[in-house]
Amino acid sequence: MDFELIRTVFPFFLKAAWVTVLLSVLTAILGLICGSLGAAARLSRSRVLRFLGAAYVSVFRGTPALIQLFLLYFGGPQIGIQLDAFQAGVIGLGVNAGAYMTETIRGAIIAVDRGQTEAARTIGMSRWQAMRHVILPQAMRLMIRPLGVNINALIKATALVAPISVVELTYTAQRYIGSTYRPFEMFLLAGILYLIIILSVGRVVGWLDRKARIA
Amino acid sequence: MGLDFSVLGGFWGLLLQGTLWTVAITVLAGVLSYIGGVLFAVVALYAPAVIRWPFRLFEALFMGTPLLLQLFLIYFGLIQIGIDLPAFVAGVIGLGLHFAVYNSELIQAAILAVDKGQTEAARTIGLSRWQALRHVVIPQAVRAVIPPIGNNMIALLKDSALVSVIGVAELTLSAQQAISRTFRPFEFYLAAAVLYYIVNLGMEAVQRRIERRIAASR
Amino acid sequence: MTEQPIIEIRNAAKSYGALEVLKDISLTVNRGEIVAIIGPSGSGKSTFLRAINELDPLSGGEIFLEGEQVNKRLPPREYERHINRIRQEIGMVFQHFNLFPHLTVRGNVTLGPRLLKGLSQADVDKLAEEQLDHVGMLERIDYFPSQLSGGQKQRVAIARALAMKPKVMLFDEATSALDPELVEEVNAVMKRLAQEHMTMLIVTHEMGFAQDVCDRVLFMDQGVVVEEGPPDVIFRNPTNERTRNFLRKHLEGRS
Repeated sequence: MDFELIRTVFPFFLKAAWVTVLLSVLTAILGLICGSLGAAARLSRSRVLRFLGAAYVSVFRGTPALIQLFLLYFGGPQIGIQLDAFQAGVIGLGVNAGAYMTETIRGAIIAVDRGQTEAARTIGMSRWQAMRHVILPQAMRLMIRPLGVNINALIKATALVAPISVVELTYTAQRYIGSTYRPFEMFLLAGILYLIIILSVGRVVGWLDRKARIA
Repeated sequence: MGLDFSVLGGFWGLLLQGTLWTVAITVLAGVLSYIGGVLFAVVALYAPAVIRWPFRLFEALFMGTPLLLQLFLIYFGLIQIGIDLPAFVAGVIGLGLHFAVYNSELIQAAILAVDKGQTEAARTIGLSRWQALRHVVIPQAVRAVIPPIGNNMIALLKDSALVSVIGVAELTLSAQQAISRTFRPFEFYLAAAVLYYIVNLGMEAVQRRIERRIAASR
Repeated sequence: MTEQPIIEIRNAAKSYGALEVLKDISLTVNRGEIVAIIGPSGSGKSTFLRAINELDPLSGGEIFLEGEQVNKRLPPREYERHINRIRQEIGMVFQHFNLFPHLTVRGNVTLGPRLLKGLSQADVDKLAEEQLDHVGMLERIDYFPSQLSGGQKQRVAIARALAMKPKVMLFDEATSALDPELVEEVNAVMKRLAQEHMTMLIVTHEMGFAQDVCDRVLFMDQGVVVEEGPPDVIFRNPTNERTRNFLRKHLEGRS
């Protein structure tokens, strides 16, 4: 193992890790928004919305995220969507993650006992009031851990922007593998930084989960 | 530049060939990941500590890093140590290893979930620890784990698009080849998406069928 | 000339931390003898039975199978070989059958002989057919355990144990998990084994069965053998107060 080399490239990896973090955060936020809308559509009383929600989940989970990203980034200009690689990455990956989060959020809402809605409705709450004051607070607790799993997957999926030349961790590792012929060291360096990011997120999720359980 | 789907016409052969390669990679890597998952699970649970702990580290590193990064490691790493594998083989190994680690988690849980009475019964006949594992516990675990492993296989289909990056001529790369000649990314990536979606639906149908059969046999 | 006992246990003791579950139990079982072990739940009777083939090893005392010590202290590898050989000689039947669900009835019965006895496929098949015929399960040879009733499962489990040609059979509450109407078919198989002079140790809560079939009855409570004797004595004239209490409760509960 060449420690001198690792010391030289380390600052570049650190900077790249920051891009990965930024990408992950923005993607996660967009994913949560899409996931919430998707879940609302799938649970809606309107048949059209239910169909659209189901189609969203099926299509975006049923095709590779890489293809979705390429379609948006390379194909977008043909239909008047001009995005830089970073923007395309956030939007492409966020909408993709949203499809997975839709199922997580919907699952958590369904898992809350039916009797809870009935009890809320019998005391005169509207459907929306029952959802907002009774169901959602309980579902929130149930969805923290599975959403954590989604976010974990999403962090690793941010590597997909490497082929469209966003200078994040995997792109940086790839570039230095090419220039140093040290694949193992570069992998280890990037790998440890990914692990740090993922374990930190795991910590936060665990903390939120514990907090939600006490509350 | 508007959309013109007639450009697809001359390239259906290329795209279908790419689809076949994608299916082949998925099946081969899927089988590899299943067998590898069983081996990894046994190592993770029963190997002596000197093997187990480095293995756990390998597992953590493979579960915590992107598949794309692992593909780079395997493809360039093997070249560096003098093994110049065809991209196709490197791609299958990379995908297979990545999913073997995920499958191993499932299989470990399934092995631990096999009723303790099963091992006891096997041991009372006189089977050794290893015989009990091999003939009684593992066969039950690998069956119990078929539905969740099916999900992993379906995920594998979509992740197989990543091997295009190391130059495997599957569906994604076929689309890119067509694009480099026509400069029509939207049409060809959309066509590729449709083909992936069809294969995906097919795999989901197979999975449902297997699950129904399992449910019926219980 | 006195024959060597099949099972001899000297001063068996077992504890989990401060909790003593077996205290200084000794027992000799001769060839062809049928011994019932009765007692309240938590009395240690199952633990005692499971100690005989080292499923739950003793913390003190010695176990002998035809004069050979079962619970020898050996280096791990040698111990493994030793105990696997010993266990082939000791058949065991569990409360919850523990049939292998991924194998057919035939597969369940032939697994041990095939792996351990070095027999040909034809020989193990013949062996399985004999044993299954013996317990009246031959017609179900190609069924899976999930397709059998509890009583049928237990009969297959008995055939599986018998296929190893054991010198002694241990029954750990073999009928406790069965619906009442299925108990009799399993009891019938056990009675038949008794007529054939199979040496048996039977942990049971079926007093009627113990009385009819067994040569000797041990009453255990709180980890000790409180009273031991022929069934007539134990069931009609128990000398110990605890035995009397237990039997009174148990017989009342049944009538």
